[in-house]
Formats: sequence, structure tokens, C-alpha cells
Amino acid sequence: MSAWIPPLQLARRGVLGMNRRNLSYIGRYNNRSQYPLVDNKLKTKLVAAEAGLHVPELLHVVNTQHEIELIESELTSLPSFVIKPAQGSGGKGIVVIESQTAEGFVKSSGDVLSLNDIKRHLTNIISGLHSLGGRMDVAIIESLVKVNPLFRNVSYEGVPDIRLIVFRGYPVMGMLRLATKSSDGKANLHQGAIGVGLDIGNGRSISAVQHEKIITRHPDTGADLTKLAVPNWQDLLTLASRCYEVTQLGYLGCDIVLDEHHGPLVLELNARPGLSIQIANNEGLVPRLRQIEGLKTPSADAEERVSYAMKEFSRLEGITQADLWNEPQESDSAPTAPLTGHTKN
Amino acid sequence: MTQRAPFLFLIGLLIAAGIGTATFRHQEFRIPLLPGERQSVWEIEARIRYDAPNGPSQVFLTLPPDQAGLRRVSETGASSGFGFELEDLPAQRRAHWTKRDASGEQTLFYKLRFVQDPDYTADQLPPGRISQPAWDEPYKTAAAQILDSAMPISADERTLAQQLINNMNLVPAGQNVSLLRERYSHPRLLELLLLTAQVPARTVDVLELEDGRRRQSLRTFVQVWDTDRWYLFNPNAGPVADNDNLLLWNTDTPAVLEVVGGSNSRVSFSMISQSRSMLALVDTGSSFSLDNLPIAEQGMFKLIMLLPVGALVVVFMRLIVGVRTAGTFMPVLIAMALLQTQLVPGVVSFVLVVALGLMMRSYLSALNLLLVARIAVLVILVIGIISVISIVSYRLGLISGLTIMFFPMIILAWTIERMSIIWEEEGPKEVLIQGGGSLLVAILAFLLMDLDIVSHLAFNFPELHLCVLALVLLLGRYTGYRVLELKRFSSFTEQ
Repeated sequence: MSAWIPPLQLARRGVLGMNRRNLSYIGRYNNRSQYPLVDNKLKTKLVAAEAGLHVPELLHVVNTQHEIELIESELTSLPSFVIKPAQGSGGKGIVVIESQTAEGFVKSSGDVLSLNDIKRHLTNIISGLHSLGGRMDVAIIESLVKVNPLFRNVSYEGVPDIRLIVFRGYPVMGMLRLATKSSDGKANLHQGAIGVGLDIGNGRSISAVQHEKIITRHPDTGADLTKLAVPNWQDLLTLASRCYEVTQLGYLGCDIVLDEHHGPLVLELNARPGLSIQIANNEGLVPRLRQIEGLKTPSADAEERVSYAMKEFSRLEGITQADLWNEPQESDSAPTAPLTGHTKN
Repeated sequence: MTQRAPFLFLIGLLIAAGIGTATFRHQEFRIPLLPGERQSVWEIEARIRYDAPNGPSQVFLTLPPDQAGLRRVSETGASSGFGFELEDLPAQRRAHWTKRDASGEQTLFYKLRFVQDPDYTADQLPPGRISQPAWDEPYKTAAAQILDSAMPISADERTLAQQLINNMNLVPAGQNVSLLRERYSHPRLLELLLLTAQVPARTVDVLELEDGRRRQSLRTFVQVWDTDRWYLFNPNAGPVADNDNLLLWNTDTPAVLEVVGGSNSRVSFSMISQSRSMLALVDTGSSFSLDNLPIAEQGMFKLIMLLPVGALVVVFMRLIVGVRTAGTFMPVLIAMALLQTQLVPGVVSFVLVVALGLMMRSYLSALNLLLVARIAVLVILVIGIISVISIVSYRLGLISGLTIMFFPMIILAWTIERMSIIWEEEGPKEVLIQGGGSLLVAILAFLLMDLDIVSHLAFNFPELHLCVLALVLLLGRYTGYRVLELKRFSSFTEQ
């Protein structure tokens, strides 16, 4: 692998660059007036719940300093919860409390916080410490997602989430994000989390990267990353696909978690999803985006869109990138998946 | 997204307007394209003296007409106690001094500055109808004989003039010439002979330009009109090539100096040649440019006009190269400060202040302050740091340490604040990447803005910013890969 790739080669692989993403996709398909909806986690949550999409249960909203005192007693009665700033980005200001002991609240890392620590954290959130530009914010307290047992031994701390790029309602690419020790329990790739590219056709892992290098095992848990399969894959895609109707954002990043009891839940939406997902999938986004752009009438039905995407974007032998790149319509008649059915639900 | 064609048309229009206006102003107002262009300037002083009786007096001095190759820059004629006016008559310009009550010897000055400019052209008035000179005998016969001998061996007006000059300058002089010279001066004789032959001719007064000469007087030459312009002849030698260090002073009036109400008048000329920057010679009164502003505001605009250049660098580095910077246009502001501090002392003191500020900021974050208060505290701390650095470096004899004062406090405080937020949220590595990126872009912007040619063009040709605008617009539509993405996505290299 050379240190630099010639631009023509990169274009042949259909890799989407930052400028093109901003201009041709975010700029063209995302209406700016919809941004507050996704930039504010509370709004996202409320709108999604209203539309019948599953989200982690909202326990409390803290708007003012005064309310912090009011919910004090209720917090102590909760076994586990998550505190988030509504307008934080990149996982800033998120505190995960897994259990309560006599000493206080136990974080996922094992650190113990006192009630005063929690209250100070809430004050910080409200005063805008974690929001963009230091604007006043609100704190959300929601129920802790129970990690699906399949992932329990894979991720280091935190809940692994699945990032899907949903283009005009079609899930076009996905990756599983696993926190690591070096990412400090956070699921952001540039902070050292692992990205595992997922086959849109069946939710199986394609390849995994950390720090933009290909790996096969989790550096902390030692889990084999090449044989992962995300359960409830079709439901998960449908949930992501329906976020399009809710937000009307044509180029959308959906972060979804798998809860042990509730199945797929929408965790967060992003109007400017990053490009690293291409590295995790070892595939460029452009051919898939082009194919969706080439559709004359995008389907209004989420399930239809999902089955189209699962059929078209499955990793199949025989379809080369070049085919997709040159003739977006051609793959309409491509042979359907002989490889495997969906992972069992 | 708007259509491609109108967009490109707009780009083309902006570039054409920018370059077109700049070219026009360069040619029309002689604003030099390069900063250091120098030209030699002639400064000529005509000194007029006369004795005035008690009473009103008027002085007329014929002034040099517009002439090719010599571009007038300025002229002044004010003399104390005299009313002064420049009369711009179509045939001949002249200066007019007036005084009600003059007595004793009077001295008047007229000063003219001009540059030799081969591109400068001037319209020449064609001659009027030729009036045949009236010769008395025996001069008439002598003149006719000279013409009879010169005519057959000449081809046109100019060669006739040349033949006549040759004839008149024979040594020893011919009988006819000697006879005529008793009555007519050399140039006057040549003029009359040419007029007799129906050749438009006139005597003119010229000043020989020679650096440092004083008390010069005018010499009389002869001009001959041939088809479309006047040709100058030295009656003692022959044709004179143009721009031959001669300034045509008087063409159409009988006398250069005319004094009404005075006697014993005379005019003498001194001259000096200096090398001046062309910019200093621009006639700003007639051109719409920033240097009509007061000097203090001009200094400010010199900086402001460089901002778009810095912005262009930022756009290029972020969109094409993909360098990450802290704050979008923070690098431009740093570059502006560097312009005042110079590169090395500026960068060193900037890094020093930001590093010290970051250390203090880490303590502030433990204090849990609200944003506005935090920044206010930082501003105060930055002032403290700057004071300490200034005093210490002054004590150590490092005057350059004082340049830190040129950095705007608020910008330093904001930089520290942003850097510390990045530090907390994304780690020290990101601080180095973004801080280093900002500094790199700032230094590049500084290097560009510091070029003489750039600051010269930006200030003297503000319309070129339309081209900068067009470039930024164009870059804003760039959808290709950023240079650093070629590294980021290097795992896509085909086997």
C-alpha cells in the first residue's frame, strides 16, 4: 500500500471526497432548515417517537438549574441511565451510568461519580459547555441501552452502534462502530474507534479498520471482526430508512443501536455524516449514490426501499465497481443474491 | 444548484471586469503595474526678471505645448504678490502674472515637471494657410536663386529643408546667403525660404535638456510640416530626431516673454533630472483611487485590501489541500498581525503566548466558568502575558519581543479558547494538527501578502479583487478530491 493514491484511481474506486459530499449531496439534498431537527437530540427523539420509530426511552429533560434539584431523588432511584447534552456533537458530554452502589453512580469505565458530580455535569450541560458555540442547552436523561449479547464480548466499553448512510431513504452503506480503549469508550472513528464495514445485503462484516488501517481482531477484546453478523438486519435497515420521512434529509447518517429487549433503536441522526465509512467498507459511495440518483421515482415505502437496497448493494461476486460506476441503471437487472438469505431475525 | 453556463459567465465577467478596469486605469492614469517602477523626472525652472516702474504690470510667458514623448506631471507658477493664471489656449498655452503695484526688480518663477515617456503622444495642429513672404530687392533675387539651386536636388518638403540648410551652412558662405544673412537671422531665413517654396514651416524655440544646467536660454529651430506632422530642423545642422533631449517651448507666438508695464525683461532656464517612483507621479486628482483618501485611512486600507488575498489562501488551503485550521478565517487574522511583526518574531511570540495561555486555560476549565466570562478572563490573562513578555524581552535587549503587541488581544484570546476546547474534546494531537494547520496557512498567507507586488496591486488596483472574488467562487464549486484525502483514502490503492 503506497502512502498516497493517485486521484484518478480514487475516482475509479468511486470514493466520495469531502468537497463533493458537501456540494453535490449535503448541499443538494439536505435542506438547511431541517438541521436543527438532527442537531438537537431532544427534537430528533421527540419527532422520531411521534412517527413511531423506536428510540431509547426518554426519562427526563433538564431545562433549568432549578430542575436539577427537582430530579435529584428520581435519579437516585434509577439503576442505570445516560445523560446527554441535546446539542452536543461527537459524543461530547455523554455520561453513561451503568449501576448504583453505596459509593455512588458507577460509569461504564468503572469510575464512580457522586450525586454532586452528576449535578455539576448537568449544570455544565445547561450552561452550554458541550454545545456548539457555547449556546444554552438542555440535558437529556434517557434509559441505558442493553447491549445485545451478540456484541457483549466484541466491544470495549460502551454500546456498539451501527452507522448507516441513508440516501433519499435508501440505506446505501453501513458500518458497525466499536469503541476501543484508545477511543476512550467513544464510537468516533477519528478518535480511534473501530469501523466494521457491513454488507447491506445481509449485515455481515466486510472488513474492519482502526486509524484507517485494516485490522481483523479487536485490539482490546480480541474478538474476531471478520465473522460478525448484525441480527435484525432488515428491521434495522427499515428503521433507518424511515428516518428519511421524519427528517426529509436526503443525505442522512443514522446511528442505530441494538437493544437486547427492544431491538433496533434510533440513537442519533446526522446531517453531515463522515466519509470514513468508505474505508471500513473498502468501497466508494459514489456508485451507489449515483444508482439511487438514477432512479426515476424513488419509492415512498421504506420496506420497498430496503429490499431494493439489500438486493442491489449486497456484496456479490460478478458485479464490479466499474459496472456500477459507468452504468447506474444496468445493475437493475443484475442477478439477485445467490449467496445467502438474511440473517435470522 | 444553479446552471453551469451562467455561473461560468459570471466568473468570466468578473475576471474581465477586474483585468479590464485595471488595464484601463494603468493606461489612462499611468498607474504603474509594478511597485518599483522608476522614471527620470525633469524639473525645469524658468526665471523671469524685469524692472517695473511704479504701476500695474502684466507678464505673459509662453509655455511648452503638449508634445510627443514628454508627459507633463505638474506645473506651478505662483510668485508672491502676483496674481497667477494658466491660460490654456488651443494654439498655445501661457502663464499670466499680474500685479497692480510693482516697482523695482521683479523675479517670477515658473516650475514645470515632466517625464520622458516614449508612449506619450500629443496631437499636432496642422499649419494654417501659407502667406507668401514679401521680399524686397535685392533679397528677392538672392532667395530665388538659392531656391532654384536647392529645388532640383530635393524630392519633398523635408529634403528641400535639408538642402537649404546645407546650402546655408557652406563654408565659406555663398554670396546669396551672405547677403540674406545681413538682414535675416539664420532660422528666420530658413523659414522664409521654405514658405516661399510653398512649404509650411515655422520657427520654434526649444530648450536643450541637460541635467544640472543653469541660466540656459532658448534656441530657435525650424519646423517643417510634412503630410501629417511637424519635423524639427536645426538650422545649423539638419533634421533633429524626436525626443533628442529637446523640449519644444514656443511654437506659435513671436516671443516667449511678453511684459506689459516693465522693462529690461529676460527669462532664463535651469533644469535638473531626478529619478522618482512612478507612483509618486500619478496624477491622483483625476483618478478614482484609494489614494485620494487621507494618509491615515490609506494606511488602513493598505491592510484591508490585503484581506481578500489572505481569504483566497485560506479557501485554497482548505478546499484544495484539505488543511484543517482552527476557525475558518483565524489564519488570515494571524497573517495580518504577522504583517506588522515580521515573520520570525511574530510566529515565536504568537506560539509563546498561545502556549502560555493554554496552560492557564487548563486551570480555568477547572474553575467551571461560563463561556463569556472564560473568554474575558483569557483576554485579561493574555494582556498580562504580553506585558511580561514585552518587559522581559526588552530587559534582555530583544526589541523584537515587543512586536507581540501588534497581535490583537481578542484574536489571541479566541485562539487560546478554541485550542483548549479542541484539546479537551479531541486531544492534544488535534491541537497540533489544527494549530499547526492554522499557523501554516497564516504563514503562507503572510508570505503572499508581504510581497511588494501583491500589496501594490491590491491597493492601487482594487478592481483586481473582482478576480480574487471570481477565483474564490470557482474554488467554491470544486468537487474534486482534496490533496490530503489522497493520503486518507490510500487504502483504496488497487493491487
